[in-house]
Amino acid sequence: MMKYFRTHVLVCVDPECLSKGAHDILDALNDELVATGLIDEVQVLETSRIGACSLGPEMMVYPEGVHYAGMTVDDIPYIVEEHFLKGRVAQKFILPIKQIKDEELTAPTAKEIRVVLRNCGVIDPENIEDYIAQDGYMALAKVMTEMTADDVINEIKKSGLRGRGGAGFPTYLKWTFTKQEKNDTRFVICNADEGDPGAFMNRRVLESDPHSVIEGMIIAAYAIGARQGYIYCRAEYPIAVKTLNIAIQQAKGLGLLGENIMGTDFSFDLEVRMGAGAFVCGEETALMNSIEGKRGEPRPRPPFPSVKGLWEKPSNINNVETYANVPQIILKGAEWFASMGTEKSKGTKTFAMAGDINHTGLIEVPMGITLREIIFDIGNGIRDNKEFKAIQTGGPMGGCLPKEYLDLPVDYESLVQAGSMMGSGGMIVMDEDTCMVDIARFFMEFTQEESCGKCTPCRVGTKRILDILERICAGHGRQGDIEQLEMLCKEIKQDSLCGLGQGAPNPVESTLKHFRNEYEAHILEKRCPAKVCKALIRYQIIENTCTGCTVCARNCPVNAISGERRQPHSIDPDICIRCGICVQVCNFNAIEIV
Amino acid sequence: MTNKNEKDRSISEAVDSAINHFGDNREELIPILNHVNRILGYLPSEALEEISKQLKSSRSQLFSVASFYHMLSTKPRGKHVIQFCESAPCHVVGGREVWQTLKEAVNLEEDETSPDGKWSLITTSCLGLCGVGPVIVIDDDAYGNVTPEQIKDILAKYSD
Repeated sequence: MMKYFRTHVLVCVDPECLSKGAHDILDALNDELVATGLIDEVQVLETSRIGACSLGPEMMVYPEGVHYAGMTVDDIPYIVEEHFLKGRVAQKFILPIKQIKDEELTAPTAKEIRVVLRNCGVIDPENIEDYIAQDGYMALAKVMTEMTADDVINEIKKSGLRGRGGAGFPTYLKWTFTKQEKNDTRFVICNADEGDPGAFMNRRVLESDPHSVIEGMIIAAYAIGARQGYIYCRAEYPIAVKTLNIAIQQAKGLGLLGENIMGTDFSFDLEVRMGAGAFVCGEETALMNSIEGKRGEPRPRPPFPSVKGLWEKPSNINNVETYANVPQIILKGAEWFASMGTEKSKGTKTFAMAGDINHTGLIEVPMGITLREIIFDIGNGIRDNKEFKAIQTGGPMGGCLPKEYLDLPVDYESLVQAGSMMGSGGMIVMDEDTCMVDIARFFMEFTQEESCGKCTPCRVGTKRILDILERICAGHGRQGDIEQLEMLCKEIKQDSLCGLGQGAPNPVESTLKHFRNEYEAHILEKRCPAKVCKALIRYQIIENTCTGCTVCARNCPVNAISGERRQPHSIDPDICIRCGICVQVCNFNAIEIV
Repeated sequence: MTNKNEKDRSISEAVDSAINHFGDNREELIPILNHVNRILGYLPSEALEEISKQLKSSRSQLFSVASFYHMLSTKPRGKHVIQFCESAPCHVVGGREVWQTLKEAVNLEEDETSPDGKWSLITTSCLGLCGVGPVIVIDDDAYGNVTPEQIKDILAKYSD
């Protein structure tokens, strides 16, 4: 006989909630339910994201639909007693949820549209029937029964879909080029090596709606005539890999993957390949080397992957989000898709918002929306009422755009023209307290570290740029540094083999263009206007405000602060290591940075 | 002597289990290396030699692959590996202070292993957990919204 439970508790086990202790909560809940004898009445289940993981761990109690967040293991006995035993909602864990909005699952704001993310959080990613109930695999059925391969490519062409990995190459063209090649073996590859720091749009789709990607890949395989496909997923996403493998097994079980799909003579198999931690593997030719078990170094193009790709066979490689769009285009029609976006950039795009913005997280917006709408209407503006200073779009190889560009429409061409790029969809918002030279240094450190070393302009050039930037931040900037940086940027862009080298100078070039005065202040006046670069700032105590309470002196790790009790203190700049602890502990705001 | 024999045995067991699982195909090299790295904590040269025999590929090729990827280590790692996310979103929400405290707490710099073999401290690229930064990962456990004050308690969980 089926067990009857009066209450179901859904505990979120999204990686973000796990990082806040969701496993311990699950254990504590089960222990407490056993101890109170409620284990046969209350069922505890694991679920994907519910809403506000940043306040996690979180759980949902049904049938009441009460959403708890922010509890610790020690709170569990209280919640069990109050809610499950006495039937009273434990108010104190409901409150915080109302204060935050998580863009990933609450109703989208007026300016958002859910196409790629439509199923995220709605369906159980480990249950294919959930996906099918949301019209899943209907597009595949339509393709198998009503459309020829050329029909499919034509529909994608009419939709105007372009690559969501960042470069924006028309998807139908890639498919056509691969299909045209005279070869018996062709491959379909999904680039799920989402390495840009702060960008996790693909992770969300893979973990919450894996079948949309799989269905898109099967349709692509049908269109170009491939029998084998690979999803290359980065090793930093173990849960995405696990979810994908489950999804593939389930699709095979229903005859949606494997031999004779849906009873036709079309066969296609799919395999997940995992990386081992190398940013450059997000570059398509490096990715293919990595699948082949080699160093993930890029290959010269041409020949392009559609001519000579994986194991030298024609290969079509698209991003996760590109494939996830395909089933809907087939199902709802190219016109529907093309009705969203701008003339040249159709459909929607997902972005991961991070940095000094009130609402961080994932959004999905129609192409052509302005940066201002994204930052202020959807992101709810800058934190702590500070001034907006810059936004970096396109990941670590994107450019930093100042406030003059706030009304820029977000589409492939406009962003490139402004000196940045679409990239895969990371956006980092920076407020007035950000030093743009330091930011350029930060991104250069990243690309320099991730340069695979194959070609000299990228390997040596990024290091040289980093050396100069480090010198400037350390207060040793010299006349001519700016010109040298500009020259290096130009050369590296021109002479590097792959997108990493070609894009690496972007943060430097764009900050040089838009925030040149900050570079000049660092170099010529030995001053950091944002007061970030430690070598160029000094902490000092405001004599009139200091009460002589000695808190700063007692907390200073290097004993740089001296002064009598109840007398104004002073900081010895030669000993001070600019750690900033004194500012944090001072109760009277008596310490300033000059 | 016994120690060396034991070490050799565990290395060949790890390699065998990887090859059994993925096959002795050169194309499967990265999954194989990942698997062995996971069991042994790193890739000792004896393991690379054994894999090179079984896959019939040169050791230099294997080493070039093993040294290319961040997640594969050719140096011994500590019993517990602490990974700190050094990406921008974690950096701007207080990552720098967490990193400082972490280094002091285990008395290690980046890429170092403590002399008693308990800890290794490494940095990792973005884990995509940006909503709960700063993030550190110890072995397989991720910790989000980490503050410098929490470091001591988190490390204390790994008391063995």
